[in-house]
Amino acid sequence: MTPLDAPSATTPATAARDAEPILVFQHVALGFDGKLILNDISFTMEHGETRILLGPAGCGKSLLLKLANGLLAPDSGTVRLFGKDLRSVLRDDLYSLRANTGMVFQEGALFDSLSVRENVAYRLREENRDEELIEAKVREVLQFVELEHAIDLLPSQISGGMRRRVAIARAIITQPALLLYDSPTGGLDPITSTTIIDLIVKERDVFGGTSLLVTHRLQDAFTLATHAFNATTQQMERIPNRGLAPNTKFLVLNNTRIVFDGGLEDLLRSTDPFLQAFLA
Amino acid sequence: MELEPGAFVKEKILRVQEYALLSAAGVGNLFRRPLYVADIFAQADLIGIGSLPIVILTGFFTGAVLALQSAYTLSQFGAKSITGELVSLSMIRELGPVLTGLMVSGRNASGMASELGSMQVTEQIDAMRALGTDPIKKLVTPRIVSTIVMLFFLTIVADTVGILGGGVVSAAMLGIGPSQYFHASIDILRYPDVLQGMVKPIFSGFIIATIGCFYGMTTKGGTQGVGRSTTQAVVASSVFIIALDFIVSRFMIGAFGR
Repeated sequence: MTPLDAPSATTPATAARDAEPILVFQHVALGFDGKLILNDISFTMEHGETRILLGPAGCGKSLLLKLANGLLAPDSGTVRLFGKDLRSVLRDDLYSLRANTGMVFQEGALFDSLSVRENVAYRLREENRDEELIEAKVREVLQFVELEHAIDLLPSQISGGMRRRVAIARAIITQPALLLYDSPTGGLDPITSTTIIDLIVKERDVFGGTSLLVTHRLQDAFTLATHAFNATTQQMERIPNRGLAPNTKFLVLNNTRIVFDGGLEDLLRSTDPFLQAFLA
Repeated sequence: MELEPGAFVKEKILRVQEYALLSAAGVGNLFRRPLYVADIFAQADLIGIGSLPIVILTGFFTGAVLALQSAYTLSQFGAKSITGELVSLSMIRELGPVLTGLMVSGRNASGMASELGSMQVTEQIDAMRALGTDPIKKLVTPRIVSTIVMLFFLTIVADTVGILGGGVVSAAMLGIGPSQYFHASIDILRYPDVLQGMVKPIFSGFIIATIGCFYGMTTKGGTQGVGRSTTQAVVASSVFIIALDFIVSRFMIGAFGR
């Protein structure tokens, strides 16, 4: 897939690439109705990193994702995206920043009155791109997720797994600097889940993008850390000699706080009772 | 869970503030790029052309029944000949704008609330934000513009068809000649009457679109929440249309003396 010459994709994100981390959380707290959901959340994501966010259901993983691209504002603390404090950016600038992130929602969140083609092309149309370029890019990205045959269908006419793949295609069409995946395999059968993880690994290893992925399926998280995409065989394969994917790290949330931030080996060696019970 | 009076009032005030901010942003976006012209035309088609049949039918039968009822009362004072004047004035100053507003409210405030509400509960609006699009600019502003513009023209259609309906009944059932009816209908009208009838749909259109979008954009609670938003949007917009009709009428009568 050739990179787009997107002006919006080259502004804040690329400029920030070398100088600033892609995403920084500093002492972030968020609550609803007087109840604290996230407290003192601090972590940094560098360019090219894949961070897998784990934690029990309802611990605020999806909220953290929405804080990352400014869909939610924290009660306190700072979120810096592409080097910019999201609290201090103007509304229009926030939309420009978001245009450099891609987000795959839990249920896909496809526009149900638009066809697969229109869904995937959405961002390019917003940027008033040439129709020929849009058609070519849409077909290319649908080929990437192996759904070119579904181009004219409506979201209601395709399966749940296909909808997630369309959502991935929509998110990656402009090759954003940061990809946010909210439980991309949630509610899917194991075979379809593997297909989705395969795509995420492929996206990570082919484009080398930065991504933050929420999941509560440990097997998906471990697959991401232990597998890589083989460009020769065009398949996801286990990294030889028990190797681990570089720059793929874990973040574990529990009881409003981050209880682990590090690599897979450290996670598995942890003596923390919660982590041991969570991983058991 | 029952809210305490203080919390209840605070919640209502916050809702009003939220509505005011959404409306202000919806109007303010007219002066900020990009302006979604294609969406404005799509909504104009949906609201304007789509509402035409119900507006024509409502207008015609309102004019017809107004002629029928007023002719009976007027004939008791020997004034049946001014039926046309009564129908014309009532339709243009009051019934045309209000009934058209209520019809379009029932059809489109509910449509907007349910469409945007469904998008809200399925995270499509969040997805739009995440894709770098301002949903107020993309979804609310086109609906405000097209509802105001189309309601204005729909009201003119309703007025015309209503007067025509009154004319048909007058000629066919009341023995008033078409020429007499239509002359009386036109002669009685003055500039302030027409102005009053033309100002009201501008306010009604704004109310229908902003309330429909507000309830849609703030929907919570899944499909049940969508149903609740839809009902609330129709009820609130209908009540506000009638209340605002009174305020505008009072102001115009005060300003123009009729």
